Amino acid sequence: MTLSVSPVIFIVLSATALLGALGVVLSRNLFRAALFLVLSFIGVAGLYILLEVEILAMIQLLIYVGAIAILIIFVIMLSRQLMSPQYRAWNQQRRGGAVVAVMLFAVLAFVLLSVTWPTAEAAVPQDAIARLGRALVAPDQFVLPFEVASVLLLVALVGAVIIAREK
Amino acid sequence: MTEFFFNLTWLIPLFPLAAFALIVLWTNRNRLLSTWVAWIGIGLAWILGWTLFFLSGREVHSLTPPGGGHPVPLFSIPTGTTLLRLGFQVDTLTGLMLFMVPFVCLMIFIYSKGYMNYGREDVDPRYSRFFAYISLFACGMLGLVVSDNFVTLLIFWEVMGLCSYLLIGFWFDKSYKDPKRITPKQAGLKAFLTTRIGDALMLAGMLLLYSQTGTLTFREIFREETLHTLATSYAWGQVPWATLCAILIFGGAVGKSAQFPLHVWLPDAMEGPTPVSALIHAATMVSAGVYLVARTFPLFVAVEGGTQLAVVAFIGAFTAFLASTIAVAQNDIKRVLAYSTISQLGYMIAALGLGAYVAAVFHLITHAFFKALLFLGSGSVIHGVEHGHHHAPLHPSPSEGEGHGSEGEFDANDMMNMGGLLRRMPTTGWTFIIGALALTGIFPWAGFWSKDEILADAWRVFTHGGEFGVSMGWGFFVWLLLTAAALLTAFYTGRQIFLTFAGRPRTEAAAHAPESVPSMTWPLVILAAFATVLGLFGTPWANQFYALIGHQAEVMGREIAHGEFNPTVAGISTLVALSGWLIAWLIYGRKPLLVPVDPLEKALGPLYRWLKNKWYVDELYMALVIRPAIALARACYTFDDKIVIDPIVDAVGRFGRWLSEWLKKAVDNPVVDGAVNGVGQVTAWLGEFMRATQTGQVQNYLLVAAVTVLLLLAMFLIRTWGTWSVWLAFLTG
Amino acid sequence: MQVPLSWYLIVAAALFCIGLYGVLSRRNAIAILMGVELMLNAVNVNLLAFWRHGEVARGTLAGQVFAIIVITVAAAEAAVGLALVIAVYRARRTVDVEEVDRMKL
Repeated sequence: MTLSVSPVIFIVLSATALLGALGVVLSRNLFRAALFLVLSFIGVAGLYILLEVEILAMIQLLIYVGAIAILIIFVIMLSRQLMSPQYRAWNQQRRGGAVVAVMLFAVLAFVLLSVTWPTAEAAVPQDAIARLGRALVAPDQFVLPFEVASVLLLVALVGAVIIAREK
Repeated sequence: MTEFFFNLTWLIPLFPLAAFALIVLWTNRNRLLSTWVAWIGIGLAWILGWTLFFLSGREVHSLTPPGGGHPVPLFSIPTGTTLLRLGFQVDTLTGLMLFMVPFVCLMIFIYSKGYMNYGREDVDPRYSRFFAYISLFACGMLGLVVSDNFVTLLIFWEVMGLCSYLLIGFWFDKSYKDPKRITPKQAGLKAFLTTRIGDALMLAGMLLLYSQTGTLTFREIFREETLHTLATSYAWGQVPWATLCAILIFGGAVGKSAQFPLHVWLPDAMEGPTPVSALIHAATMVSAGVYLVARTFPLFVAVEGGTQLAVVAFIGAFTAFLASTIAVAQNDIKRVLAYSTISQLGYMIAALGLGAYVAAVFHLITHAFFKALLFLGSGSVIHGVEHGHHHAPLHPSPSEGEGHGSEGEFDANDMMNMGGLLRRMPTTGWTFIIGALALTGIFPWAGFWSKDEILADAWRVFTHGGEFGVSMGWGFFVWLLLTAAALLTAFYTGRQIFLTFAGRPRTEAAAHAPESVPSMTWPLVILAAFATVLGLFGTPWANQFYALIGHQAEVMGREIAHGEFNPTVAGISTLVALSGWLIAWLIYGRKPLLVPVDPLEKALGPLYRWLKNKWYVDELYMALVIRPAIALARACYTFDDKIVIDPIVDAVGRFGRWLSEWLKKAVDNPVVDGAVNGVGQVTAWLGEFMRATQTGQVQNYLLVAAVTVLLLLAMFLIRTWGTWSVWLAFLTG
Repeated sequence: MQVPLSWYLIVAAALFCIGLYGVLSRRNAIAILMGVELMLNAVNVNLLAFWRHGEVARGTLAGQVFAIIVITVAAAEAAVGLALVIAVYRARRTVDVEEVDRMKL
């Protein structure tokens, strides 16, 4: 990609992500919200590609879109609430929540813009994926978090099965 | 050595005071012990008193006032700008009083043992209290005569007033069937209140004196400069201060010495026991008024020819005459003596009013002895008749029924119930007669010398004019009235003697009257001896009294004239006295009365009634003073209580209730209850409020957490970058 | 020119806040879960942006690894959460979180 294009691409992708997110929180229809969620995930994946971490973009698409979003849709189907006429989408504190969210964004934006981040530009190495793989299992790098995360996943799935099964 | 004894002056009133305290606090139950305590108290005072008398007599010239007297300072009381110095002094006047007072008191104290029936089954139930009271009284009189200032004088004056009240009303539970007869309780009150009037005047005089001189010590007031200032400065521009104060102080003497118009209490004071009558109302307390005038004599003579002496002379002479007329028609043996006392006091006061200082004091001393003797004698007679009444056979004598008395009560004091007692009670009788001879001024008994000196001095004032500016007219006035009184005195005294001792007993009681016990008769004998001999110390040729106190009034550079013997006056007075006795004998002695009816009654008719009712003075007072006072008191009571105080109290009560109710509604309920309830309610509300936060909704908790984080961030930002810069940077990007 | 770091951070912050709003204000449990997923996404964007603009020069891969872990955790959490939603739906016949308030006073 040429350097002058990346800001435009960035804007497009972030707009996708953000608009998708807005759609999630503002849709009354839950199913539509789920679909907006998928859109947002795709946008984020695009951002990852822009950040030259293609592996994570793939993982994002695979897991978030492929697994989590699908799971959410399944559960929406299973709960069938959106069909009822008294269905209310928002609770009493939506205004308060909105205020808090906006203000938080304002504060965060202010901080983020005020601070001069100590950046260091460099090129991503060619064998980034290989390095990642090695990092995940190397005993002097991140094998422990890796293993713990996998245990967590196992426990969570087992737990989920137990919680969700019919008595 | 002399110094030593004079410094012990303060002990003299202290001895009987200690006796009083001891009896009241410890020996009350033991009669014998109480008697001895009282006797020892007065006995010690007597010994010390005679010691001081003799010592003062030896040092006459160094002790003469106005600045003299042997001062024994006690203590000083700071009073703002000045210092009140209190103390005792013994000059010759005091010495004379110390000769008479403790000795007579001792005689009476000894007599009292028998009179209060010690040792018999009818002993007075309040026997010890009697001795306590008379001891306290002795303290008062002794303290009075040794005082060197008006303050302690007033204190002891009032002590005596109190004891007089207590002792007159000693038998306070005695009542009579006749409502017109005054009871001891009432008599005590009457005495106190009447003398109170005099005391108020005296106090006013003392206060004015203090205001003018700034001191209350005799020595300082009677200095020549002070007296001169008092005589020449005028109150309200009209009356010299000296005169005003003198007359006011004389008011106290009028009250205490029972002069007209405050004489009404003394006859009724006879309701008290006879020793009391002898002690207080014959020998000592009533002579305190005379002593007062004598002591403050320099004040009376400070103003030349002033009205104060005229007032004194008039009142004295008039009283002497008035009382002697009333005595003529009295049947109560003690009342005759009471009026006789008033009369004799009038003599003394009149003498002082004429400037006859020495004569007055002379008569004071002699009168004390023979009047005490007479009273004690009468007490002995009454005692005898009473005992005779109790032990008489039950059937009455054919002459009369139960005896003269009001409404069937037997009155042992009534002379009409007596008669022929000389045979039954010889010691009493003969000593009584000696006393009577002294009283009526028969040569050579004491009364002759002292009374005669007064009359002689009066005559001298009439013929030569008096010192101190007393006018001749007063001299004549006094001489005339006193001589008339002497005639009457002899008459009623003779009447008394003949009715009581001569003839035959008119009642069974009299017929069985026993002679009194030795503790009663011995004092009579001793006093009779004094009454006989004492006069010889005051004869015009060797007047010891003059020697002792003649220099007392050496004020303004003048002397009291030395009384010379005036045969004319002496002759007239003797004649007068003998005439009185003769008339009395003619009426009462020649044919002794067999029936209890006074022939004088028929002879004088309405005049007799006038005299018997004491010139209706009591009734006059009742109508003019007492009834209006009571009416005023009642009116005030009605006004105060019913119109003013009751409504006020009720209103206060109502207001209080209303206030409390209002407070309850306005304060207690809203505030207090409100506070208490409020606490509860606030807690409940807080709880509800707090509870609202526990919604159970996770999203609510989350919102709160988000807000908190936001706030923390904001705080952190502000801390790091400051408020305005944060906002500014944010707004400008 | 490269996209500056701060842009990525802003986007991540916005995404996070939108997700927060969804969590705070939706009634449906599943909708809340979706908001949570958005927030986790934002975190990942943050992490990777910082890795790209800093760590690459140093040669460490902490940013990437952390992002992978976050995704793992997100997956696990989504599974469990949805299982809970189903369990609650079975018990209460509702997925409205406002009606599941048994823990209040």
